[in-house]
Amino acid sequence: MADTLRLVILGPVEKVPMGQGFCFIVGSEEIAVFRQRDGKIFATQNRCPHKQGPLSEGLSGGGVVICPFHSHKFDLCSGQGPDNEQLKVYSVKEKDGQLLLSLEPQP
Amino acid sequence: MIQAASKKLVVIGNGMAGARVVEEILARAPDRFDVAMFGAEPYGNYNRILLSNVLNRTQKPTEIFINPLAWYEQNHVTLHAGVKALKIDRDRKVVVGKPLKRDAVPYAAGDHGVDGCAPVEAPYDHVIIATGSRPFVPPMEGFGKPGTFLFRTIDDCERIAEYAKDCRKAAVIGGGLLGLEAARGLLTHGVEVSVLEAAPQLMIAQLDPEAGAVLKTTMEGMGVKVLCEKITTHIVSEGGRITHLLFKDGSRVETDMVVVSAGIRPITDIAVASGLTVDKAIVCDDQMRTSDPDIYSLGECIQHRGKIYGLIDPIWEQAKVLADVLTGLNPAAAYLGSRLGTKLKVMGVELASMGETRPASPSDEVVIYREPKRGVYKKIILRDDKVAGAILLGETDTAPQLMQLFMGGTKAPDRRSDLLFAPAEGASMLQVFDMPDSLQICNCNGVNKKQIVDAIRGGCGSVAKIGSCTKAGTGCQSCKPVIVQLLEAYRDAGSADRSEHYYVPGVPLEKSSLVAEIRKRRITSVSEVFAQLAGGREDAASKVGLASLLKSLWAGEYTDERDARFINDRVHANIQKDGTFSVIPRIYAGVTTPSELRRIAEVAEKYKVPMVKITGGQRIDLLGIKKSDLPGIWQELGMPSGHAYTKSFRTCKSCVGTDFCRYGVGDSIALAQKIERRFQGIESPHKMKLATAGCPRNCSEAYVKDLGAVAIDGGKWEIYLGGAAGGTVRKGDLLCTVDSHDDVLKYMGRFMQYYREHGKYLERSYHFVERVGIETLRRLLVEDSAGLCAQLDADIQKAVDAYVDPWKEAGLPAYPGQFSAPELAAVLEAAENNG
Repeated sequence: MADTLRLVILGPVEKVPMGQGFCFIVGSEEIAVFRQRDGKIFATQNRCPHKQGPLSEGLSGGGVVICPFHSHKFDLCSGQGPDNEQLKVYSVKEKDGQLLLSLEPQP
Repeated sequence: MIQAASKKLVVIGNGMAGARVVEEILARAPDRFDVAMFGAEPYGNYNRILLSNVLNRTQKPTEIFINPLAWYEQNHVTLHAGVKALKIDRDRKVVVGKPLKRDAVPYAAGDHGVDGCAPVEAPYDHVIIATGSRPFVPPMEGFGKPGTFLFRTIDDCERIAEYAKDCRKAAVIGGGLLGLEAARGLLTHGVEVSVLEAAPQLMIAQLDPEAGAVLKTTMEGMGVKVLCEKITTHIVSEGGRITHLLFKDGSRVETDMVVVSAGIRPITDIAVASGLTVDKAIVCDDQMRTSDPDIYSLGECIQHRGKIYGLIDPIWEQAKVLADVLTGLNPAAAYLGSRLGTKLKVMGVELASMGETRPASPSDEVVIYREPKRGVYKKIILRDDKVAGAILLGETDTAPQLMQLFMGGTKAPDRRSDLLFAPAEGASMLQVFDMPDSLQICNCNGVNKKQIVDAIRGGCGSVAKIGSCTKAGTGCQSCKPVIVQLLEAYRDAGSADRSEHYYVPGVPLEKSSLVAEIRKRRITSVSEVFAQLAGGREDAASKVGLASLLKSLWAGEYTDERDARFINDRVHANIQKDGTFSVIPRIYAGVTTPSELRRIAEVAEKYKVPMVKITGGQRIDLLGIKKSDLPGIWQELGMPSGHAYTKSFRTCKSCVGTDFCRYGVGDSIALAQKIERRFQGIESPHKMKLATAGCPRNCSEAYVKDLGAVAIDGGKWEIYLGGAAGGTVRKGDLLCTVDSHDDVLKYMGRFMQYYREHGKYLERSYHFVERVGIETLRRLLVEDSAGLCAQLDADIQKAVDAYVDPWKEAGLPAYPGQFSAPELAAVLEAAENNG
């Protein structure tokens, strides 16, 4: 049986300023979407596991985001951070100029 | 255990050569000799090169001592200070001296010992003669009368200074290096100074006629009258006071005093009296031995391979050879003569001169650059592609490189302009890595690159520490910028990880190379740096540092990519622990008005601001603001940004100054307001917090600010730099004292611009001031020793003119979404087949 994904259309890709992140609220979750200059797009949970800094406001690039609060660094692909801090990562892509976010199927 | 009796070493002369050779010997074999020294001057050893500083009162006599009397005691050296050695009794193997009369001139010829006083005798196994030289007085009538002086010792300086008090005019006979230094010294005593040179030009030993003419113009600009081709025949006095000088050509010049500084002659009296071979000077072989194998000599009193030297470098080389020979460390050590090159400052003018000053044949290649308006003249003489001589006047940044080529006799680069002009700023760091270990950095104290680098690796982390460890930079201090560069380049040399030197972690280049590449490729944006210099790989942690660097390099041409800014700088507010922001409007000098307060209150109520707080910087902070509310709040406040979120000028606090305070002696409020209006928003490597204090009680804490101005009695302001009262507490260093608000603004602006250009990213002013050194800053920013000030003033003005209140973006966001709140997305319960 094929997996069923919940799809979210976040809007035009330009909502996320070039090279930056932007926070979307999906249901009860804050999700940060990052748009790199090389065209890659990433999505993670918005709040830093350390002190809940808004990662969407952080500096990002090269597949990494740095939390604006205490500079904890996270890999945008794996969500891996320092000291076993782990971000939830989401699959996101651009289709016809629109950002499409896939949420994991609810258990 | 009883050791065999030490050999007795007697050193005649306690000047730069005598003291240096003793130091070299002690360093090699501390217990080999019982050392006794004769010094005709009643002091320890001092740095004669710095005498002009004593005369012009920038240094006290105590500050130029290399070895004070205590040093001799600590090293068990018997010093006969104020005792002049008269003869070496070679039969009895004893040096005989006499205490000098109180006011005798130590370098004068003949016996001026105290009558009836028993001679001082010192038995020897070896003798070193280091008697140096005495001033040469050209034949003229009237020298020796009251009001005539020589310029050779600390006492000479004091006599000249004392006499100048009652004089209006002074004449210096001799337009060589020492003559010009004497002239500079006299200027500070408020007399009109004329320099009289017999030759057709100034500094004939170091300069060609054109350079001489450029220097003459520069000197005249400083208020010194220069007359060349003047041979003085008479010093004319009336009633015990000098009235004028008469010249051979029949002309005259009025003066109240005369300093003769027309060259030096070796002091050979004791060698002659002791029967040693003396030609023009004491004749020495390559081991510095005289005609008596137990007697050695070095310095300005010797003649080696037919040559006499009058500069300091040969002395350092000779002292090393002599110490090697005498201690037996290397009995075959040989001094082979010196190629003469020197880098110095004449009246604050940078000068480097080496080798020949004019071409010897038509096949010599001559490269010349002239810039009369700045007093810059550069000339290089090449023979067979090698540097045969060079003159750099007014700008000497390529001197180390030229000196290296000249001393080493190596082939010069084909592009001759590389010899005349230093590459773009920053590339100099590459040069310090390229310098050979043996290159002498401090010419005053003969310290080479290796010794300095060793000291840095040994843990010396500041110019001052390197100075106390190696003496480098403690003389004329003109080498200090190079020491700073070495310090920067080698500070972390102990660690194997080269990446520690990278300016930012994501681009594998040190700052200097990075700057050079950015300039060469004309890269104006952060993304292009990654594309061109980091293999296309972005590094989030490097963005902000690169943005700061690019902005300072390109100013208006900088391509501002907002993603390279920290969040605070994207939205012009300081992010708080809950993701809200703080808003601090500018309140100039902490002075507000009822209507301003009313507006703040209304905004706070309307936006339900959770906290309104008075800040430490005498402003009002609205805390807990949502990002999306920022533009509205700014517009309703109608006040400019206080920049309380960024690496820039923050605020200038003040006390109530003269308006209400009973103690205030200066209008600190008006000054602080002027400062804040002028420098608001000026970006810098780190934040700059300022204050002005109306009196030294320092209520506004100006002493511990990045920049502070403190009023003192007499309408003056002291300017302090590099203060801190955060995690680090440091009282600022006094840069200078000025008479007006305008001057405070001028010097503060100069410092800010210099800090902007030379500070490392995130280096606070207190680290920067310590790293560069307040003396260096004073020379650069107050005395303008490097000729930077005009450019610094112009550049800070440009930055001031470019100020735009960032809160104006309230009405016109820089990019869509700049102030957007998180956006609610609708979940489509659409299913997609992922198989």
